Amino acid sequence: MIFYLTLIFACQLVGELLKVALELPVPGPVIGMVLLFAGLMIKRGIPEDLAEVGYTFLSNLSLLFVPAGVGVMLHIALIGEQALAITLALVGSTLATIAVTALVMRAMSRAEDADTGRSTDG
Amino acid sequence: MDKGFSEIWVYLSASPLLALTLTLAAYQLGNWVYQKGGKNPLLNPVLIAVVVLVATLLVTGTDYATYFEGAQFVHFLLGPATVALALPLYRQIERVRKSALAISVSLLAGSLTATATAVSIAWGFGSSQEILISLAPKSVTAPVAMGIAEQLGGLPSLTAVLVILTGIIGAALGPLLLNVMGVKDMAARGLAIGTASHGIGTARAFQVSEVAGAFAGLAMGLNALATAILLPLMWKWVF
Repeated sequence: MIFYLTLIFACQLVGELLKVALELPVPGPVIGMVLLFAGLMIKRGIPEDLAEVGYTFLSNLSLLFVPAGVGVMLHIALIGEQALAITLALVGSTLATIAVTALVMRAMSRAEDADTGRSTDG
Repeated sequence: MDKGFSEIWVYLSASPLLALTLTLAAYQLGNWVYQKGGKNPLLNPVLIAVVVLVATLLVTGTDYATYFEGAQFVHFLLGPATVALALPLYRQIERVRKSALAISVSLLAGSLTATATAVSIAWGFGSSQEILISLAPKSVTAPVAMGIAEQLGGLPSLTAVLVILTGIIGAALGPLLLNVMGVKDMAARGLAIGTASHGIGTARAFQVSEVAGAFAGLAMGLNALATAILLPLMWKWVF
């Protein structure tokens, strides 16, 4: 249990070090995710205890964003001044992004399915 | 406030325990409301917790720095949680491999849409350049978005707030939009929510399905990479 917790922390630590050393544009934890992923590919499986530790984090992921979210109070005045522009930009852009990503993904998955369908049909 | 009470308050405020307990309690409350409300995505637990905590801090006259001294212990766990996203991704590797091209193209389309629409809508309403820059990377996970905003001359702390708001909006409205659009494939749903609303969207996707969560986590990582590379280049080209 503690071994896998240490492993997860170590992945993040190495990720942070690589980010600084190689001046990578992605944050340390994301590099740590890539490292752990590479490890799983090499090991060809997820140890049970690692799954237990990892999914404990993931099933409570929402909670971890609360402290950063409270930071909204630092900019209440500035956001209030441009409330309409910011609200419309955030809501409009977020919905547009979800729609475009999902539509392109659906269209391309269908095209791929159709392709594989044709090839298996001969 | 009588003297006894304010002395206790001063004592408690000096230790991280109060902020930590309040954070967990506010989230519990948010989760309770969400469950009682039939898991309506509009009753997002993060949103409810943030509103309750901001109100509490404003009423008690506590500043954010004092609150964060305690809340940082929760905040810190975001790092290892991000590392743990490798697990669902590994479990979905076959599906990811099979649709690698579709994932790359839709991610790129989503990433460009996120930046272009946010900046053009705010520009249309006459927002200042500083706000436009702070808004541009809003769909990207906070540490990367803040780095991009700083590099281009925005306000990193404002970007952090806009990122969180974007996450909450995507987590609350995204599932409703996808239902209306009739997108049922969990991979496409997860990818869309992760691209638009990073970790908060990913957290929400996990509550619904492991497949959606895995694709959302993947999209979050890839969008961070794509935006970090493309946005500074595009910005130079446009302005």
